[in-house]
Amino acid sequence: MTDTLQANGVSSARFWRVALYTTLIVFAVFYLLPLYVMLTTSFKSLAEIRQGNMLALPADWTIEPWLQAWGKACVGLTCEGINSYFWNSIKMVVPAVVITTVLGALNGYVLTKWRFTGHKWVFALMLFGCFIPFQIVLIPMSQVLGKLGIAGDTAGLVLVHTAYGIGFSTLFFRNYYEAFPSELVKAAMIDGAGFFGIFWRILLPSSGPIIVVTVIWLFTNIWNDFLFGASFAAGEGAPMTVALNNLVNSSTGVKEYNVHMAAAIIAALPTLLVYIVAGRYFVRGLMAGSVKG
Amino acid sequence: MSNKNRAIGDWLRHHLPRLVLSPSVAMTIFFVYGFILYTAYISMTKSKMLPNLSNFIGLDNYGKLWKTLNWQVALDNLFIFGSLYIIICGLLGLFLAILLDQKIRTEGFLRTTYLYPMALSFIVTGTAWKWFLNPGLGLEKSMHALGWESFKFDWLINPEMAIYTVVIAGVWQTSGFVMAMFLAGLRGIDSEQLKAAQLDGASTLQTYWRIIIPQLHAVFLSAFVVLAHMGIKSYDLVVALTGGGPGRATEMPATFMYSYTFTRNQMGVGAASAIIMLMTIAAIIVPYLYAETREKNND
Repeated sequence: MTDTLQANGVSSARFWRVALYTTLIVFAVFYLLPLYVMLTTSFKSLAEIRQGNMLALPADWTIEPWLQAWGKACVGLTCEGINSYFWNSIKMVVPAVVITTVLGALNGYVLTKWRFTGHKWVFALMLFGCFIPFQIVLIPMSQVLGKLGIAGDTAGLVLVHTAYGIGFSTLFFRNYYEAFPSELVKAAMIDGAGFFGIFWRILLPSSGPIIVVTVIWLFTNIWNDFLFGASFAAGEGAPMTVALNNLVNSSTGVKEYNVHMAAAIIAALPTLLVYIVAGRYFVRGLMAGSVKG
Repeated sequence: MSNKNRAIGDWLRHHLPRLVLSPSVAMTIFFVYGFILYTAYISMTKSKMLPNLSNFIGLDNYGKLWKTLNWQVALDNLFIFGSLYIIICGLLGLFLAILLDQKIRTEGFLRTTYLYPMALSFIVTGTAWKWFLNPGLGLEKSMHALGWESFKFDWLINPEMAIYTVVIAGVWQTSGFVMAMFLAGLRGIDSEQLKAAQLDGASTLQTYWRIIIPQLHAVFLSAFVVLAHMGIKSYDLVVALTGGGPGRATEMPATFMYSYTFTRNQMGVGAASAIIMLMTIAAIIVPYLYAETREKNND
């Protein structure tokens, strides 16, 4: 009697365990399937795509779509592939991330260790700026970029991303330095260390993790941006996301799905790599950007 | 060394922190608040293709906006998309987090798999799903090849159903992130309480329903705010997946704002729609930020 009860308990526990793993695997397939289909499609010829099954592996592997996407596909009026737009994105992301991170670190330092009356208001103003819908700034920004003569240019996008990235980088560093012991800072002040000396020798050496989190967060967001790129740099100076959208949604000619998928993977590759290499920091950035204060 | 030089040095030293902060503050005031005011003013002028500052017409554009059929469609779509997006992402995220919290051997791998779409651009996501759901060559054809001849899936080109494809792609991209938020919340719960409940004979289901889920209220709130914020702003995904179509079937406030401002030469109306978007987001974000920052200060 007790034996069968126990056996029932064990087999029901095993049943739930199997059901649990099955469900988890089904969802893993749901998340992976689009990526799998993108990959297989990008290695097939157009003829095979038309005849065959989207879910099947390529019968004849070809890297031609990748070469097309990189060097020959038509984006807008020019047919030189997406490589120049890829470099546009890099030229936009690197300076924007560097400037925004440096400013954010200094701001966070001032807002926690050199407080002045009204520091909370300054922070609140910057914090709210993080969450505005960017549609609200498109009209005046296009005017300002036009006046400065950097509309349609990577330099313009660097300015835009810096202006709207500072709030987040300041938030990240402020929350991190908040937990940094103020006694160390005070002791250094008594020893006669100056503003930058303290930052350089005391805070910066222990800022590694938050710098990584901030850089990854900014890199991902700026690389993936579409709205600003489409609004202010639609032509030769367009970033990768805009070029990808132009390539995929151009209404002329035959739809080369394999080339589209190769281009989409190229556009996704930098942020995917960062995610795979430094996923832990990526998640921490996401959390810090959503659970504020 | 004169006294004057030393005085300047002291002044600099004293004001240095604020001087370092000031460029960022100036940028924020100009690019955020100045631009909001400018857009608010444009929304009260008769601006067409370019800003026209002299032609003030009060709130006429807002009246016009609410009478525009495209705007009504955009709001209806935002309501459908937003509520489904928030509810499905929230439930799926919680569900996956609870499953992953059962001492799963491959947790690290599964977590990475569920979350990776969050690293992609919405343009990439839109491109991928547009191909996956392609009515001629995508999922439909694959199902036919597998022997399910009657399978039909034409939502992308069906005006009644297209908005739901945006929901599917949006959920695919963001639900993993919600899962990560809930998982972090679950890991923060005191395990003693759970042991006590289990000793009292509560089943796993009861423990979750009565003890664990009520303790996650802060995560529910954060997830809601993040999802609502992303939903209202969603522009890229719609552009890449459906382009707002077929017809205007997937028009959203963000695509409405863009097309009225930059391609339909109705900048005043476009600016008015941007103001409405800002006010909607502010109504969600401001109380949340206020509560979050206050909580922190009381600690």
